[in-house]
Amino acid sequence: MSLTDFLTDLFNPDLAFLPKALLIAVMSSIVCGVIGSYVVLRGMAFIGDAVAHAVFPGLAVAFVVSGNLIVGGTIAGVLTAVLVAVFSQNRRLKEDSIIGVFFVAAFALGIVIISQAPGYAGSLQQFLFGSITGIPDEDLYVVGGTGILILGTAFALHKEFVAITLDREMARAMGLRVFWLDIVLYVLVTLAVVISVQTIGNILVLALLITPAATARLLTDRLGAMMATAPAIGGASALIGLYISWSWDLPVGGTIVLVLTAIFLLAWTLAPRHGVLGRILRRGPRTPEPAQ
Amino acid sequence: MSVLEVQNLTVELGGRTALADIQLSIDSGELVGLVGPNGAGKTTLLRSIMGLLPARTGRVLVDGRPTRPGRAQLGYVPQRTEFAWDFPISVENVVMTGRTGLLGLGRRPAEKDWSAVGDALDRVRMDQLRHRPIGELSGGQRQRVLVARALALEPAVLLLDEPFTGLDMPTQELLGDLFVSLAREGRAVLMTTHDLAAALYSCDRLALLNRSIVAVGTPGQLRDPVLWMDTFGVSATSPLLRILTAV
Repeated sequence: MSLTDFLTDLFNPDLAFLPKALLIAVMSSIVCGVIGSYVVLRGMAFIGDAVAHAVFPGLAVAFVVSGNLIVGGTIAGVLTAVLVAVFSQNRRLKEDSIIGVFFVAAFALGIVIISQAPGYAGSLQQFLFGSITGIPDEDLYVVGGTGILILGTAFALHKEFVAITLDREMARAMGLRVFWLDIVLYVLVTLAVVISVQTIGNILVLALLITPAATARLLTDRLGAMMATAPAIGGASALIGLYISWSWDLPVGGTIVLVLTAIFLLAWTLAPRHGVLGRILRRGPRTPEPAQ
Repeated sequence: MSVLEVQNLTVELGGRTALADIQLSIDSGELVGLVGPNGAGKTTLLRSIMGLLPARTGRVLVDGRPTRPGRAQLGYVPQRTEFAWDFPISVENVVMTGRTGLLGLGRRPAEKDWSAVGDALDRVRMDQLRHRPIGELSGGQRQRVLVARALALEPAVLLLDEPFTGLDMPTQELLGDLFVSLAREGRAVLMTTHDLAAALYSCDRLALLNRSIVAVGTPGQLRDPVLWMDTFGVSATSPLLRILTAV
């Protein structure tokens, strides 16, 4: 399908769900790109994964009681994130073990709950793999509003987030409330995941959080540039992914993630300073690592 | 008057006593070395002074006032491995993070914050590299960035945790000179180190620590090998004791 056909479809009133899906996919990718930068730099991809799965029981409850999916998902995700943060204060267990316990438990709960709904197989598939149809109009405003809230909070707390990532001990010594800042960051991750789940699906949403930020990290050594590049990559991939998925009738979530992965692989090979090709061209097996 | 005053400090970690009844005071202008074997509680003492660990008894005073995180004028330089060196950030922005607590929530750095950062970078002679990403720095440069980050607070007390570990001799010498001059400018500097020869050479006083303070004094006052045997738990034939007579 040519780009013109795609544009015609976008403005076809019979296909009103298409521009809505595009808008939501692009908005949530942009938000995920920014929040994902913190996730990647803190090395907490696993937490992103946990939160992504943890929103599932909330979505399931909301579906069973016909409530709002975004509200349900947020409550479940935030609850799990807070539990992880509280339980990781116990130094006997590492954070990743705590996460391993809670996110599988949350997912299990979601499966049990949704099995109580009649005809659950179809909706289960929609939750797990995403769908571009059936998005209510109000979701546009909810996603837009939530997105602005997330980005605004991140902007306000940016220097604190950087400080706790660089050196937690020092941050604590400077009087920063490290525990509460962690909770806020987890909540932001949860919200970013929840607004993205609709189109891309629960299983694949992690890619929206991690891949654009990881790609951007390969391309730059500047935090500001990274946090501008990641949402750009995410937004562009959502657009390209939706176009391809619409043209060839492919599942939208999977297509967007494959586009993201392709861009990541390109950056990994061709990045000016950190790319593999650059290293080979510079005639060294590896660039020497700076001394520790 | 002493700037840093540790009074009767006892700290417990996981139910056992890590520090017992520590008394230590440091004047401005003084460089004090904190030495002792692994597990003696050197880092624990620094962290307690920073207010990061609760004291069971005793207290820490800076300029006569009790310390609390974010309140006292304490500059802390942790071990180099405690820092995320792979973070995409420039030298000057790392040094600015030293003022995060001072700035407070929602405030951006102002002119005077940047001038404090500039002064700190000048002081450790890293001003030429202020825009460089931290991932590209050498070990010695990294140590100087951490010192500058502590200095950005314009602290009266500077605490250094193993600043020489893993650095080559010329770099160690450069840093040693820097620490002496930072003290001479009127700061109280406390440094933990495993490098006894360097400590004996450059520190004004040494504190021998093994859970409690074994002795405090100038290198000249600490010639008695028994003190060192007690602190480090070594025998009278240990090569460690030969350093004492060599310096």
